[in-house]
Amino acid sequence: MSGFVSLHEVSHAYGVAGGPPAVESLTLSVNRGEFAAVVGPSGCGKSTLMKLATGLQFPYHGTVMVAGQHVTKPVKIAGMAFQAPTLLPWRTTLENLLLPLEIVEPYRSQMRRKKAEYVARAEALLASVGLGGQGDKFPWQLSGGMQMRASLCRALIHEPQLLMLDEPFGALDAFTREELWGVIRDLHAASGITVVLVTHDLREAVFLADRVFVMSARPGRVIEERVVGLPRPRDLEVTFTSEFQDIVHELRGYIVRARQ
Amino acid sequence: MSDALAVRLAPWLYTLALLVIWEIVVVVFQIPEFFLPPPTSVARAIYEYWPAIYRNSLVTLWSTLVGFLLAVAFGLALGLLVGWSRSIYAGLYPLMIGFNAIPKVAVVPILVLWFGIGFMPAMLTAFLISFFPIVVNVATGLATIEPELEDVLKALGASKLDIMRKVGIPRSLPYFFGSLKVAITLAFVGTVVSESVASNNGIGNLMLQAQAQFVVPLIFAGLVALAVEGIVMYWLMAVLERRMTGWAHRSGFAQA
Repeated sequence: MSGFVSLHEVSHAYGVAGGPPAVESLTLSVNRGEFAAVVGPSGCGKSTLMKLATGLQFPYHGTVMVAGQHVTKPVKIAGMAFQAPTLLPWRTTLENLLLPLEIVEPYRSQMRRKKAEYVARAEALLASVGLGGQGDKFPWQLSGGMQMRASLCRALIHEPQLLMLDEPFGALDAFTREELWGVIRDLHAASGITVVLVTHDLREAVFLADRVFVMSARPGRVIEERVVGLPRPRDLEVTFTSEFQDIVHELRGYIVRARQ
Repeated sequence: MSDALAVRLAPWLYTLALLVIWEIVVVVFQIPEFFLPPPTSVARAIYEYWPAIYRNSLVTLWSTLVGFLLAVAFGLALGLLVGWSRSIYAGLYPLMIGFNAIPKVAVVPILVLWFGIGFMPAMLTAFLISFFPIVVNVATGLATIEPELEDVLKALGASKLDIMRKVGIPRSLPYFFGSLKVAITLAFVGTVVSESVASNNGIGNLMLQAQAQFVVPLIFAGLVALAVEGIVMYWLMAVLERRMTGWAHRSGFAQA
C-alpha cells in the first residue's frame, strides 16, 4: 500500500453493525501533492469517504492510511470545507480563521504569545483568495462566494498537508463557482497540498483534478479511475476544448452506468 | 409625521387610545364601578392607596426577581447538562415535561407546608414556573450545532468541551436571552399566584384584600402595577438580549 491517502478494501456502515453498508470494498489511493476528485451518483458514500479519510468514522473492515499512519483518531493534518461555509456569525471573518488555531496543537498553546503572527498569517491567506482587508467584516456581511473563500481559508490556516473538500461549490452560482475553481487551482499550485475533492460536478472534477475516481451507487466503491492529462496551469478556456469535453463525456458514461 | 417618529410614539398613542375607549365604554353603557371601574377611578385608587401599592409592588418584585435569578442559574446549568449528552437529555426530558405540565398553583400548598407563607413560596413558585423555558432554549441552541462544523472541529482534535466553549455556548446565547423575556413574565405569574393563596404581602395579597372589601378600583390598580412591573422587566431583558447577541438580529425583517 502506498500513497499519501490510501483506503484498502474499506467497508463501513452507519448505526448498528450489520446495517446496509455505505461503502463496501472501497480501494483508492491518492499521491502526495496530487489533486484527486471523487465523483459518483448521489448517495454513493462520497461523504462517508471524507469522514473515513479524516478519522471521523472508522470502517468495520479494511484499512485507512494517511501520511503513512493508520487512521485511528481524527487526522489533524487535514483541513475540511463543506458546501455550507459554516462560519460562526458572532466572530469576524478573521476570528473565524483563527478558530482552528485555538484548537489544534501546537498553535493552541502558543495562541497568546504568537497572536500577532497568526493574525498576519490569516490576513495573508485572506489576501491570497482575494479577500484582502475584509477580515474585520462579519461573515453575514460577505456574499456567498466570499464566505466560501473564507471557509477555504479556515481549512488552510493550520497549514494542513491534506485538504478535503465536500462539494464546496455546490451552493454557488455558475460564475462564482468558476471563479473559485481558479482560487482552488492556484492554492494547490502554490502550496503543493494534497487535495481530495468530492463533487457531483463533472466539469469541476475534470478541470481541477489530476485523477478522477468514479464511485458506484450505494454501497459505494471505486469502479473507474481516470487520469486527466490536461497540461497545467489550466485556464478556464480549457473547459471548452474537445479534449476536455471528451473526458467529461466519458465520465458521464460511467456515472450513467453506475446509476443503473 | 415621519415614520420613525410614528413608530416611537405608537406605543403611547395605542395605550392612550385603549384607556380612552375603556373610559367611553364605561360611561356610555353606564357600567357600575363595582363591575368595571373606568381608568379615571383606577387612577384615583392608585393615588389614594399609593403607599400600600408601592410597598406591595416592591415585595412582589423582590420575590419575582430572586425566583427569576435562581431560575436563570438553574436553567442555564440544566440546559447545558441536557445539551451536553444525549442520554441525560433522554432521561431528563420526560421528567421536565411532566413537571412543567403540573399547574404551579397546585404546588403552592406543598411549598407552604414546607416553608410557611410569605416570601419563600412566592419566590419558589416564580422559580418553578420560569426555569423551564430557559432550559429548553439553552438545550435547543446546543442541539442545533451544524454537524459539518462539528466535523471540522472534531477533525482538528477538538474535545467536546472545546466544541461547547467555542461553538455551543455562544450559539445558544440568543436562545437563552430570548427565553429570559418569556421567563420573567412567567415569574410574575408564579409570584402573584402564590401571594394570592399564601401571603400577607405582595400585590397578589393586596388584590385579594381589595376584593374581600369590595374596593374594585384597587383590584384594577393592582393589575396596573403588575403590568407596569412586567413591562419594565421585559424591556430590560430585551435590551440585555440586544446588547449581548446583536449578531443574531441582523435581519432587516423585524425592522421592516
